Formats: sequence, C-alpha cells, structure tokens
Amino acid sequence: MTAPVAATAPPSTSSGSLLSKLEIDSRMIGMLAALAVIWIGFDVLSGGVFLTPRNLWNLSVQTASVAIMSTGMVLIIVTRNIDLSVGAILGVVGMIIGVVQVQWLPAYLGFESWLTAPIAVLVAITVGGLIGLFQGWLIAYLAIPSFIVTLGGLLVWRGAAWWVTAGQTIAPMDTRFKAFGGGVEGALGATATWIIAALACGAIVVALGLSRRRRVRFGFPVRPGWADAVIAAIACGAVLGAAAVMNAYPMPTGTARAWAEARGIAWPSGGLFIPQGVALPVLIAVVVGLVMTFLATRLRFGRYVFAIGGNPEAAELSGINTRWTLMKVFGLMGVLCGIAACISTARLNAATNAAGTLDELYVIASAVIGGTSLAGGVGTVAGAMLGALVMQSLQSGMVLLGVDTPLQNIVVGAVLVLAVWVDGVYRRRIK
Amino acid sequence: MIQEGSMIQEGSMATDIAAPVQRTPLVEMRDISIAFGGIKAVDGVTVDLRPGEVVGLLGHNGAGKSTLIKILSGAYRPDSGEIYVNGEKADISMPRDAKKYGIETIYQTLALADNIDAAGNIFLGREVRTPFGTLDDATMEAETRKVMARLNPHFRRFKEPVKALSGGQRQSVAIARAIYFNARVLIMDEPTAALGPAETKQVADLVLQLKKEGIGIFLISHDIHDVFGLADRVSVMKNGKLVGSANVSDVTQDEVLGMIILGKCPPGATPGPGAG
Repeated sequence: MTAPVAATAPPSTSSGSLLSKLEIDSRMIGMLAALAVIWIGFDVLSGGVFLTPRNLWNLSVQTASVAIMSTGMVLIIVTRNIDLSVGAILGVVGMIIGVVQVQWLPAYLGFESWLTAPIAVLVAITVGGLIGLFQGWLIAYLAIPSFIVTLGGLLVWRGAAWWVTAGQTIAPMDTRFKAFGGGVEGALGATATWIIAALACGAIVVALGLSRRRRVRFGFPVRPGWADAVIAAIACGAVLGAAAVMNAYPMPTGTARAWAEARGIAWPSGGLFIPQGVALPVLIAVVVGLVMTFLATRLRFGRYVFAIGGNPEAAELSGINTRWTLMKVFGLMGVLCGIAACISTARLNAATNAAGTLDELYVIASAVIGGTSLAGGVGTVAGAMLGALVMQSLQSGMVLLGVDTPLQNIVVGAVLVLAVWVDGVYRRRIK
Repeated sequence: MIQEGSMIQEGSMATDIAAPVQRTPLVEMRDISIAFGGIKAVDGVTVDLRPGEVVGLLGHNGAGKSTLIKILSGAYRPDSGEIYVNGEKADISMPRDAKKYGIETIYQTLALADNIDAAGNIFLGREVRTPFGTLDDATMEAETRKVMARLNPHFRRFKEPVKALSGGQRQSVAIARAIYFNARVLIMDEPTAALGPAETKQVADLVLQLKKEGIGIFLISHDIHDVFGLADRVSVMKNGKLVGSANVSDVTQDEVLGMIILGKCPPGATPGPGAG
C-alpha cells in the first residue's frame, strides 16, 4: 500500500477565518487583547502617564524576575506538580551571592574585580539548581507530593536565607553585578538595542522561511505565502517597536551628566538625550524565554514533560524515565530562581532575607493567567511570560494611580480568579 | 531508530495458519506469579505463543489477564517465574526492555498522552531526532502519515492533540504505535471494547493480516465470541490461576464458558493448576 503523502501536495488550508489561516493561537490573541485593555485603561486613568517610554521601560525591568521564574513554573504545572518554594529559593540564593561577592570574594580578588560578577552568577545558578534538584529528588524518587515538599521548602529556604547572615542585609553589590538589575549600569544603549532588534528580525524571517521549506519538502499543508509574510511583518514590527520605545527613554539628567563627564563629553546647555536602550534583565528574560521555549517544544525533554502531564501512566509505559525527567524539571526551576535572584539582588543593590517574599504566588499566577492548566499537560512559555506582564502591568498601573497596597492585592487576586474562570469558559466553548 | 520501509515485513515468515505446534514458541511465560499486598493476582501461570498464532486470553474481570500481560510488557516485575523469547531467557524489567524484544502492547486504556498529536504519541519514547539532537517532527509526521494511511485512510487530523479524536481514530493511533516498530509479538488488551461494529471489524481484519505476516498476538478479552472468531488457541484464567489451554477447534464455546465461570476443564483442553 502506498502512502498518499506525495499525492497530498500542499493544499493550503482552504476555508476558515483569518486567524485560522494565520494559525495563530486565539487564546494568545485574547491575552494580548486583555493586556491592551489594561494598558489603555491605565493610560486614560493616569492622564497619559502609563504609556510613556519611561513607564514601559520600568515595567519591562520590573517584570523580568517573575517572568523568568514563570517559564519554569509552566513546565512544573504541566507535569501536574506545583512549586511553592520559588520565592524562598530566590531569597536564600540572593543572600548567598550577596555574602559571596561582598564578604568572601574580596578577600581573594580584592574589591571590584571583573571576576566577581561571573562567579556570583555561577554560584547563584549552581546553588539554585542543586536546591531544585534536591526537591525534585524528594518528589520524583521518594514520591512525596510536590505541594508538601515545596511548602516545606518555602519555610526551610526562607529560614535559611535569614540564617546566612543572621538577618543582616548585605549591601552594596559589586558594580558590574549591578548591571543585572537594569538601571544605568544595565542599560545597553541605543546602538546595541537596534543591533539586537535587527538580529531578532533576521532570525524571525529565517526561522519562518526554514519551517516553510521543510513542510513543503515533506509535502505537508503550508500556510498561504501572504500569511507567513503577515506573521513576519507583525513579529518584526513588535520587535522594532519595543526597541524604539526602549530607546525613547533617556537617562535622567544627573546620570546623563555623570555619564558624559566620565567619557569627557562637554555638557551642552540644553542637556543630552542619551537613550537607555533595552535593560540587561529584560534581555536576559527574553533569552530565557527563547531557550525555555526551545527546551519545551524542540527537545525530547520537553516532549516527555508534556507527555507526563497528559498521561503519566502512558509516559511510563512508553519507556520514558518519568522520575528523572521530573527531577530535571525541578532542577531547571531552581536554576531559573538563581537567575532571578541575581536580577532582584542587583536591582535592589542589596541582599535581604525577605527578597522574593510572595514571589511564588505571582509566578504561579503568571503561569495560570498565561493559560497553563493546573490539570496538567497544557501550557506555553510565551503565555506565562505574557501572564507575568499582565500581573506586573496591573500592579504598576495601580501604583501609578496611587491605589493603596491592600486594594492592589484585592484587585490582583480577583483578576487571577476571573482570568481562570474566563479561560475555563473559553475552553469548554471550543470543545 | 526507525526501520526503513513498511513496518511489517510482508511474508517474512511462513504463513501457516493451522497452529504450527513444533516450532519454538515466540514467547513463553513459565510459572509466573505476582502478588499485590498479599493477594496473588497471578499465581503460577504458564502460557506460550508461536509465530503467526493468535492466543486468546480469557477470564472474568479481575481474573489476572491484564496483570499477566503487564508483566510481559514490562510494566510489572513478576515475583517469580521466567519469560523466554525465541527459547532464550529474557530479562524484562521495564517497558523499554519488552520493546527491545519486539513485544508491543495496545493497552485497554490505549495509554495515549491526550495532549499530544498522533505523531508525538506514535514516537513517544522513541523520537526521531535531527543531527542537532532536536525533535525531527517533520520526519515523524511523514512516517505517521504513511502508517495511518494504511490503518485509517481517512485520517487527516495530524496536528490535533489525540484528545480531539474519535474512539476509533484513537484506537488506530494506538495500533499504529504498536506495529510501526516491527513488532514480533503484539499484545492487544480488550482491543474492541470501546468500538462500534464497523471499527471492530476493522480491528479483526488487522489481526488476521498481522497473523499472516507471522506476528504472534495475545488477544485479551472477556467476550468469547470475539476470541473464537480470531484465535487459534485460548488460555483461560480464573482467580489468578490458569484453568487450562485448548485449541479452539477442540472445544465448544459452552465448554470455554464453563472454564471461565466454573473453572471446569473440558476433555479437549490441557488443564492448568487452576482447574477445579
């Protein structure tokens, strides 16, 4: 019997709406629409302050840490588990790297050595990863429910964070390390931002082209050519637009003057417009998002993670080493907590044992708002990062409007419940 | 890695329909026992299977059929007993081991990951990868289109998670996964329980075709009409023990019913330890 593969040469998906032609996830569109409503709403309420380059730049930096952790939380929830300890892991890792760069390393390298920052990051990733792997081992091999292991972890690691210095705050951080927090040291400037944006656009076009060529070669149905072009145009437009916004936010006058003086540039009477460009933590978050998407969709590891979430027994019967896969997922979560710890410690320019308090809730909420199903098996990295942006937009918008903290919490909590309800209704509708 | 060409070597073995008794069994499970919490789910059971033969495994719910079969497919480890493949002792302690010996299983529950598409399920645990180590989804989809074209020519929903498929379509995906990798022994656990008449007929045709190609099939069912139409031999279990085995031609359906319900072994059958 011959397979009709050659016979079914590229029939483009004939009828259907515009969205189905573009093969864009309609839930993603819904989230973007929700984000647009939130942004425009706050902009109107705040009298045009929300949608300024300055606020959007700050928003991007504030989102980075939670967004990074939410990419790992997606995989954990996809495997039908939960991690309540991420904020506490961030706290203890932050304290450890604070001690490492302020108390230990200067004894060997002297203050402000160029090695301090890389070593601190390495320590953060290693410690975070080991904590995650240990918790993953308890969950996967000793079969203790992840809710319990990480609830215990929340208390243990938060306590450990206090223990590192008996509660003392450690400051200030190494100058180079501070770049991870954004701010003046961590803004890449206009030129680098445009270069990165251009490279990203190139990558988008090449990736779309390659995937199209591959499908044509195998004789699979492909999107119509114009649809691919539209997608490329939208994606590149978004990238360039984001770069333009980041570059439209100048350094504050004082910092700019210091920057100019350090480079021997005369300070003109009208001041200097020095664009900040994209902040390093934001760039790290984007790279983490890309890497995690790659892990989740292009590698066997990701396929196994989703298979375990879809049907653990089937995964086991297929010969997948489900325990080791699960342990790796938690290890990965720990690594991401380590990266997030670098960002929030650098941003605060201090290591405190309270860093990351309640972050577990924001991270879980981001993943869930981003379409990750608590029943397991469903979720995307991009959705979770978008969810983080929605959460942070709400919070930062309310700060801008001067809403009291208790009311902020009430709103965020209500939005979380509402989002999950709407998502549930939507899912039932499309079935 | 996947083998080139069709997943079933046509006519690679003699197609002797009348059970060729002299040949070395493809699989032999000897004196298998397993207990869960003090209850002997399988107690000293011996069954065998020859190339091109269909053996029906019968018994009530809870008789131990599925447990016995899960031992062969590597899901459970027996407490005692041995498994021989082609006359040689086989060490099967994980599902992966069973697949290494060419033993594939279609589970009653189908064991599909509902959130993944057909190709992802068929290649689950045996993914094709590019030289860079990434998933070669295009090749897997192309192979899936080939094998599905044979099992279910109208199947078009390659991009959807199998959750969205009908019962028959899901069944074809599960069958495709079992036969794609050159299975020599196929275990079918209640393959028609969830199917309509047309789809049941389709499965029956497939069983006969695979049998002709020299594949040995264990057919598990509680419906003896199903089994009588397809099997060469039957083995009946009751309360974890083997009541007996018989050539289908040597016993009547009523006698086999007696084996299942009363554990009574008729003269035409070889009695096992469970015969009462």
